[in-house]
Amino acid sequence: MSKTFTLSKGLDIRLKGEAEKVLREVTALHYAVKPTDLTGVFPRLLVKEGDAVLAGTPLFQDKHHENICFPSPVSGTVAEIKRGDKRALLEIRIEPDGKNGQINFGASDPSKLTKAEITDKLLKSGLWSLIRQRPYGIIANPEHTPKAIHISAFDTAPLAPDLDFVVNGKGDLFQTGLDALAKLTGGKLHLNIGSTTSAKEFLNSRNVEINTFKGAHPAGNVGIQIHHLDPINKGDVVWFAGVQDIITIGHLFKEGVYNPEIIVALAGSSVIKTGYYKTRRGACIYKMVEGNVRDGNQRYISGNVLTGKQIRHDSFIGYYDSLITAIPEGNYHEFLGWALPGLNKLSFSRSFFTWMMPGKKYEADTNLHGGERAFVMTGQFEKVFPMNIYPMQLIKAAIAEDIERMEKLGIYEVEPEDLALCEFIDTSKTEIQTIIRNGLELVRKEMS
Amino acid sequence: MKALRNYLDRIKPQFEKGGRFEKLQSTFDAFETFLFVPDKTTHAGSHIRDAIDLKRTMSMVILAMVPALLFGIWNTGYQHYLSIGQEPGFGPIVGYGLLKVLPIIVVSYAAGLGVEFIFAQYRGHEVNEGYLVSGMLIPLVMPVDIPLWMVAVASIFAVTIGKETFGGTGMNIFNPALLARAFIFFAYPAKITGDTIWTGGLTKGEGVIDGFSGATPLGNAAAGAMDKIPSMYDLFFGFIPGSIGETSKIAIILGAIILIVTGIGSWRIILAGLLGGISMTLIFNAFAVNDYMTLSPLTQIMMGSFLFGMVFMATDPVTAAQTNRGKWIYGFLAGFFAIMIRVFNPAYPEGTMLAILLMNAFAPLIDHYVVEANISKRLKRAVTAVKS
Repeated sequence: MSKTFTLSKGLDIRLKGEAEKVLREVTALHYAVKPTDLTGVFPRLLVKEGDAVLAGTPLFQDKHHENICFPSPVSGTVAEIKRGDKRALLEIRIEPDGKNGQINFGASDPSKLTKAEITDKLLKSGLWSLIRQRPYGIIANPEHTPKAIHISAFDTAPLAPDLDFVVNGKGDLFQTGLDALAKLTGGKLHLNIGSTTSAKEFLNSRNVEINTFKGAHPAGNVGIQIHHLDPINKGDVVWFAGVQDIITIGHLFKEGVYNPEIIVALAGSSVIKTGYYKTRRGACIYKMVEGNVRDGNQRYISGNVLTGKQIRHDSFIGYYDSLITAIPEGNYHEFLGWALPGLNKLSFSRSFFTWMMPGKKYEADTNLHGGERAFVMTGQFEKVFPMNIYPMQLIKAAIAEDIERMEKLGIYEVEPEDLALCEFIDTSKTEIQTIIRNGLELVRKEMS
Repeated sequence: MKALRNYLDRIKPQFEKGGRFEKLQSTFDAFETFLFVPDKTTHAGSHIRDAIDLKRTMSMVILAMVPALLFGIWNTGYQHYLSIGQEPGFGPIVGYGLLKVLPIIVVSYAAGLGVEFIFAQYRGHEVNEGYLVSGMLIPLVMPVDIPLWMVAVASIFAVTIGKETFGGTGMNIFNPALLARAFIFFAYPAKITGDTIWTGGLTKGEGVIDGFSGATPLGNAAAGAMDKIPSMYDLFFGFIPGSIGETSKIAIILGAIILIVTGIGSWRIILAGLLGGISMTLIFNAFAVNDYMTLSPLTQIMMGSFLFGMVFMATDPVTAAQTNRGKWIYGFLAGFFAIMIRVFNPAYPEGTMLAILLMNAFAPLIDHYVVEANISKRLKRAVTAVKS
């Protein structure tokens, strides 16, 4: 039974520099796995500098869940283990040997395997780390059985890759991945598509319940979809995974190996030639952006402009990301900027004349456009937050570190990304995503 | 602009910690950020941010008040010359109005912002833009013959006791501008009630022609002189005595349109306020025991500061209810009580100020119940999920 949900709240931020639908191939010079991409993981190293690894060799494991490990995306040698303050693990960098050596975990048809066998295979190969859970946005606990598993098959974030384009020709792998996931839950496996989704790879999926979501960003966020399909109550656990993560899992069952191939979009107004790149997980972005990004001070983001992480031009794609965005830095003073009519200003409010130009695309930079203030405006967040939750009250409860109140107000249903638009439009320039993440971490520690 | 920027960059170190003028740091910062939007970039969370900030928001509100202010200046002169039986033309009328109104604005800003700057420096905060609006609202709700020192004392009281003691802009419970007016109302009632204070120069009474009373429509209505209430035309355009900014309904409606279109003023509160006022009037009409209670809803809305209060005062996002459902309840009750107090209170002909202050006090309670409803819904959902 396909259900359609129409969300009236939200905002599509129209930025210049959408990725052109051209697929290029790029081989990176280095690869790295960054423990900093992972929420709630205490990494324990399993390799040392100079070790030879294959694609699929575990590089580190989670101290608290030792069976969850994180595989090397290529064969080669461990070139560098980078640590930060208090010896926190930042990067495990692999220099490829070009031989594409892989560990064979054995191919098998997931529909003939039991839940335990599938879990075991995913854990051994390290691909379990691609399955995450809500609440908290951490890696799923293999001992749990989730209420449901959700997959969002469209991304509404600014400049996000078109997943129809990404999945093209990979229907078989995607289906195999779905078959594996379907075995892991006692409930339903939801595949949530957008109203414009047309890829037959999604539409013809079997073993899933297909739901359609209509509306502006964040309609493509899996958290918003979960809220409308089957909201998370206290004590509930649901799992989710990305489309390319499922394709990678599909590879494992089809071919028995960890094939880290992914398609990454390169977008943003600073990029000269945007497009899609076929590369591997954890690839260094240098080869994609070298000579392909405008001069001057630019910001490189792994992920989208709302939720992504800032990286260097020679750093690596994030663990769960499939988008690299480059936009200009905004470190300039603007004379009377708050008073000008603002014919070029990106704003959700109608206090600039740009609201009369729907469809206009903007070249946004990283300027904060104002100073941080106490909360003054009300009723703004509600316009871009399609959940039956009071965002302002939830944020305040998180600031006050009031766990009971956060629970009551629905902290289990949100992830920072769901409130990213609130942060974007906030007049008072509050760091809402950080506040929500801290709130979630506080609750998680209290509950564990 | 480059030269100005370079100059600011050059003198900036003197205002930073350890500099010669470090005690003026937040003052410098206020002027610097006024001239230039800071070069600060995002460092956590969303990498791009909306172009709006509090300065833009507040300047939109001030823009919305400009029509009421301009008309108020003209009307001040117009009422003055009417009272002395002259018709000198546009220039002198505006000239007189400016002479009377500008000092009130200057005093209100100087006194209020002075306190704001001191507190910002003391707390090590940036100066908040909230008072830019309050500082304009205060003159607009004053009678034109108010002594300037009273404006100063009221502004200082409103900022210190009404706002800074609660933690500054965003934390206050009562609308500062209304608090300033309430302060004068309770501390110096003679200067804010009666018939003579609404027209410039009438308090002194020099050269006033016979038959000019200076009474506001509300004053007339409270005195039972229904026949003296001006025509709908005069009420709508505002050729009547009253507080500086409240008389012209067309100017206020213009302001309301700016607030609603920009999304800065809550249309829910304005509409609910109107509905509340109309409901109360209709109830009065149904049970009318005196002439005042028979006035039509339209007349009630057009009289006094009802519309001004609902558009500019009740919509203050900090002191209003914060949830959308709460805004409906809050606005409705504010309008409802405004008319009720106005009709039932013989001592003071206007109820809008007290009604909104009362609802300011109840706004957190309204929000509490709205949010509790959401919470209990979530709890119920969890319980049903466990059962099934």
